[in-house]
Amino acid sequence: MDIVRRNNVTVTGNPHGPSVVLAHGFGCDQNMWRLTVPALAEDYRVVMFDYVGSGRSDASAFSEDRYSSLDGYARDAVEVCDALDLRDAVFVGHSVSAMIGALAADAAPERIGALVMVAPSPRYVDDDGYRGGFGADDIDELLASLESNYLGWSAAMAPAIMGNAERPELGEELKNSFCATDPDMARVFARTTFLSDSREDLKRVRVPTLVLECTQDVIAPQGVGAFVHEAIPGSVLITLEASGHCPHLSAPAATNQALVEFLAGLR
Amino acid sequence: MMCRADQQPDPHRAGDETSDAVFAALLEDSAEELYESAPCGYLSTLMDGTIAKINGTLLGWLGLEREAVVGRMRFTDLLTVGGKLYHETHFAPLLRMQGEISGIALEIKQTGGGRIPVLVSSVVKHGSTGEPLLIRATVFDARDRRSYEEELLRRRKAAEEARKQAEADRARLQNALAVLQQSLLPDILPSIPGMEAAAHYHAASPDRLGGDFYDVFPLDGNRFAFFLGDVCGKGPQAAALTSLTRYTLRAAALHDPDPVCALSTLNSVLHERYTGSGDPRYCTAVFGTLEPDPATGQVTVHLAAGGHPPALVLRADGTADYLPTPGGLFVGILPDAHFATATTTLDAGDTLLLYTDGLTEARTGEDRTALFGEDSLLAFAAHQAGRSPQAVIHALTGLLNGFGDGLDDDTALLALGVPVRPATSPATRNPE
Repeated sequence: MDIVRRNNVTVTGNPHGPSVVLAHGFGCDQNMWRLTVPALAEDYRVVMFDYVGSGRSDASAFSEDRYSSLDGYARDAVEVCDALDLRDAVFVGHSVSAMIGALAADAAPERIGALVMVAPSPRYVDDDGYRGGFGADDIDELLASLESNYLGWSAAMAPAIMGNAERPELGEELKNSFCATDPDMARVFARTTFLSDSREDLKRVRVPTLVLECTQDVIAPQGVGAFVHEAIPGSVLITLEASGHCPHLSAPAATNQALVEFLAGLR
Repeated sequence: MMCRADQQPDPHRAGDETSDAVFAALLEDSAEELYESAPCGYLSTLMDGTIAKINGTLLGWLGLEREAVVGRMRFTDLLTVGGKLYHETHFAPLLRMQGEISGIALEIKQTGGGRIPVLVSSVVKHGSTGEPLLIRATVFDARDRRSYEEELLRRRKAAEEARKQAEADRARLQNALAVLQQSLLPDILPSIPGMEAAAHYHAASPDRLGGDFYDVFPLDGNRFAFFLGDVCGKGPQAAALTSLTRYTLRAAALHDPDPVCALSTLNSVLHERYTGSGDPRYCTAVFGTLEPDPATGQVTVHLAAGGHPPALVLRADGTADYLPTPGGLFVGILPDAHFATATTTLDAGDTLLLYTDGLTEARTGEDRTALFGEDSLLAFAAHQAGRSPQAVIHALTGLLNGFGDGLDDDTALLALGVPVRPATSPATRNPE
């Protein structure tokens, strides 16, 4: 199987630099890293990809069974690393991808040498003595929101959205397309994301880890970043003065600075 | 009526005083008044989502006072939790990337606990140096539209369920049909000591339920019986008749294998079953017995036919002839029927060929108006004379396939022959 094509892998930046993998979370695709890439391109080989079922991945490779657990997405991440034969790469995961990165680093320690967790949450639903920020009912509401917002997705347009590297002009016409996915696949990803519990997996993280949290994050409320930091021995926690769940979009300068300093410290 | 945008109201026309007053009132409608009382919600926020300005319409929908909102709440505070999640994972990133986003379905919370489905469009206002300054949003009441969409979604799901159910039903029916079809024809022909047999069946209907039938089965001692026929009609009704016919003939033959007796029994059964049903049904059939002579290897064939095309005998010397059975009546039409009989002897290399009229009535020629006919069949058979039953059936199968859409009826073929060299009995076990 052609993983590079399946996961719409793009490689940019300095081909001789250490590898940094940027992994998007639930919602959109690798375009989320548009403001991050310029800060890394000079010194690092930057690898981006779309999980199967997101962005311009090969939708035909989707299987509800595989992607009903975060392990399925972690396999995507490891397979992308394998396909490019990455060694000691830094895996930067946003949101649920932070946990996917922890699973991938555990599964392929030779591939992933460090983790950056952007706005991570190991569990979104509240539990005894743990505040994730959501009730199970809230997740159902999100699923309903997904159903009423196809963001330009339709069966007729899907082939154009799902991969038309040879016809980039189509991308211009498709407003919202980079967040557009088959609603059935988006629903699977949403359920897998928001009903997962990765708290135990954090204890197995053995690589240098940077945790980036935002002061005003609706999805990962304050306290969750500290939980992640405390669960991963030796990790670094940085709280960004940023609102929302996407500091790499809402506060790119501060995010990039924290990222670049952490990367420099690894060399 | 066509209106041009640059058309000016004519102040000199009669009866225009009222419209003048309306026009004046419109001009007095300040921008502020338009903003506050617009038929949609207006909202401006800082880039971090803090609400900086909100109009009266939206405050009314929310049931909130301006003082409680401006500078105190963020846009996401107005949303349901699911909407917040959607905002953070889709809405906000898209707005950041594109500078605008339109027609996103969200739900706003009312102070009384109610919810209003809305459609939100937002645009980012940039400063002179291109830095994002604030976000402007319009909020449309989408209650009617949402209920309509939900109805569509519900129907789509129902249609999807129905389609899945229909597919499952179809698979189940096809399975049932296949089982039924197998009960109409022998899986494999029995091995007949000193003889060879081959058959072919072409079902015309897409559900593969046919109205033709054949069978070969052992009688007492070393005798065997065979039959082949064609019930009137096609499809499930024909298949039901076929089933009755097949098992009646088998049972009748065990009681008395005389061909006329067997067909007479079938005649009585069909006549009794279908007379008075308002749906008279009948069949044509050839029934016969095979009586091998172990000393000579010859096989004596006794057969009787009711309304069925004559059997063909292909001789080892390369000739072929019909074995006429004229005057036999359709089976099941009359309470007492007459059936024609014939007898022949098969020597080494001879083959008896039985067929149904699907073969002879296949339409040929470019315009598919001519019938293949008995003369053409005889000529074709003469070319095959001297060959094994398998080879004859193989050649005829090729002929049938060549008819293409000219073959529109069920067709059954059965060939019974005496091999040139004694056939090895399949009952003989391999010493290995």
